[in-house]
Amino acid sequence: MSDKLVQIEHLRQYFPAGGYGKKKKYIQAVDDVSFTIDRGETLGLVGESGCGKTTTGRTLLRLYEPTGGKFIYGDDVIFDVEKKIYADMLPYRKKMQIVFQDPYASLDPRMTIGDIVGEAIDVHKMAANKKERYDIIIEMLQRVGLNSEHANRYPHEFSGGQRQRVGIARALAVRPEFIVCDEPISALDVSIQAQVINMFEDLQAEMGLTYLFIAHDLSVVKHISNRIGVMYLGRMVELADSYTLTTRPLHPYTKSLISAIPIADPKVAKESKRIVLEGDVPSPLNPPSGCRFRTRCPYADERCASEVPEWKEVEKGHFAACHHIDKCN
Amino acid sequence: MAEYLVDIKNERLSFFTPAGEVKALNDVSIRLKEGEVLGIVGESGSGKSVTAYSLMGLTAHPGKLLGGTLEFNGHHIETMTEKEMCKIRGNEVSIIFQDPMTSLNPVYTIGNQIMEVILLHTDKNKQQAKERAKELLELVGINEPEKRLKQYPHELSGGMRQRVMIAIALACEPKLLIADEPTTALDVTIQAQILELMMELKEKLGMAIIMITHDLGVVASMCERIAVMYAGRIIEYGTTEDIFYNPKHQYTKGLIRSIPRLDTKEHERLVPIEGTPVDLLNPPKGCPFAPRCEACMKICLREMPPVTNFGEVHYTQCWLNQKEEMEKGAAK
Repeated sequence: MSDKLVQIEHLRQYFPAGGYGKKKKYIQAVDDVSFTIDRGETLGLVGESGCGKTTTGRTLLRLYEPTGGKFIYGDDVIFDVEKKIYADMLPYRKKMQIVFQDPYASLDPRMTIGDIVGEAIDVHKMAANKKERYDIIIEMLQRVGLNSEHANRYPHEFSGGQRQRVGIARALAVRPEFIVCDEPISALDVSIQAQVINMFEDLQAEMGLTYLFIAHDLSVVKHISNRIGVMYLGRMVELADSYTLTTRPLHPYTKSLISAIPIADPKVAKESKRIVLEGDVPSPLNPPSGCRFRTRCPYADERCASEVPEWKEVEKGHFAACHHIDKCN
Repeated sequence: MAEYLVDIKNERLSFFTPAGEVKALNDVSIRLKEGEVLGIVGESGSGKSVTAYSLMGLTAHPGKLLGGTLEFNGHHIETMTEKEMCKIRGNEVSIIFQDPMTSLNPVYTIGNQIMEVILLHTDKNKQQAKERAKELLELVGINEPEKRLKQYPHELSGGMRQRVMIAIALACEPKLLIADEPTTALDVTIQAQILELMMELKEKLGMAIIMITHDLGVVASMCERIAVMYAGRIIEYGTTEDIFYNPKHQYTKGLIRSIPRLDTKEHERLVPIEGTPVDLLNPPKGCPFAPRCEACMKICLREMPPVTNFGEVHYTQCWLNQKEEMEKGAAK
């Protein structure tokens, strides 16, 4: 068995968006993204809305059919678009799970909490009888800090933080190895966020989970992840361990992203200088040629418009895609 | 001229819902001088938006003002009729809403919506109003204002729409700008643009700002004064330095401790505030934070603590501080 649990190569996900024949248009949601995740590791994925981080997570689980690329899970090929290999997903759903962003929309309002958590147990026939099924449900609820009486209630009786706990219990019910956490805390209040973050960490230690943690809040991602990947308009622009990425970023986009985060410390906030980016993120329907960040980049020149920057290892374990790494550091 | 631009005293406001009375505001007092920036922070449902909306006379139905006085720029808001309110709303005080996607009218052009405010509150004619609208768009950093005036909201991005909202809010150079989570719906890099713009405009036009947010990072860089709200009460109030470096209330301390920081090398475990926010339909007796407080004493569950003052501006409502004060007094 290899050390790497998840290996993604040149993942691509295009969504058709109108037009036909030669004029057919595509939203290039994810383009040429490669990364690996080790067993027991947390990889964070950050970026602005529309940068393709959620699409990446969902494509891995085949919630979208991939347009291109290869995904190797452990030793098994989940999909390889070029060779037209697509694995049967059912056995893998037991190993890979997802926690969704919005705990208000992702739970069926007509099902009790017990049934929501128990549905996956039924699908995978993990319980021999009703008693066993009930025991698993209660165990999962207790793991996420809820108790047995909650099993008979409906989602609307819970607060946002509790619902997110239910969403996590649902994902854990099949005892997965790998969980995609898709903005699991952005819908929660500040004082509740810390509770849920701590719970993710505890569960990882107890159950040996591997996470792909997707969020737009870099300070949260930095806190929970071992390594962080930064995405911009469908492409990965930088990847490094979380301390290096937040203290010594190489890519100009990462730099501006970090400097744009408001710091909750008035003295530091007054001293630090913000790099304020001009303009908005271009449309993924018609992304800029070459480097996709060039329209907002202070260092951009002609080469950035004509050549796609290569994804290369600048230092050991520190990847970036930029023509001008020397110039802007 | 009054000493304060905004002077809210002991405001009490409830929503009478079918499920019962929700006490949204309990004894809220806020004072703000001209040109000051006040940040109101708190969780959802803590009453931060309700406070600001009531100052604009925008309290939604089943809500009722039960007591207290609201003074703004010499007006007594609580006694004013809707007609009188219309004269100062958008003119002397204006508001930027949280979600720029839904707060602009989709069937009118940007120009139409900016000119509406100008035509309503000033005696400018249409042509002059259009000129002014163009100026405003330039002021908030939108290029090609001539073209933008003719566009509809759906043609603009989120950041652009929020800029348009700011332009509308500033059209009559208000004395007070209320910003209700102006950047929550935006991405970080766009948030930085908007915050920068707001500070720039404040320098230029000298208005006071009430900034409502749940993001402590935003208030740290923008505000001079901070009010921390919990369950419809201001549980701590002070200068930015007081709140961040010398917090006195357990909730404020917990809030500051619970946010992850970017500049730490060692992996520190977060210290969350346990429990869930209060249910305002059945608020606990005594201090609303008591059920979640680690330093909760018997008295906290029985009675609401009085105000303890530290220096001129900084105050808090917590029995722990009362106890300390009393011990200090006894020692003397």
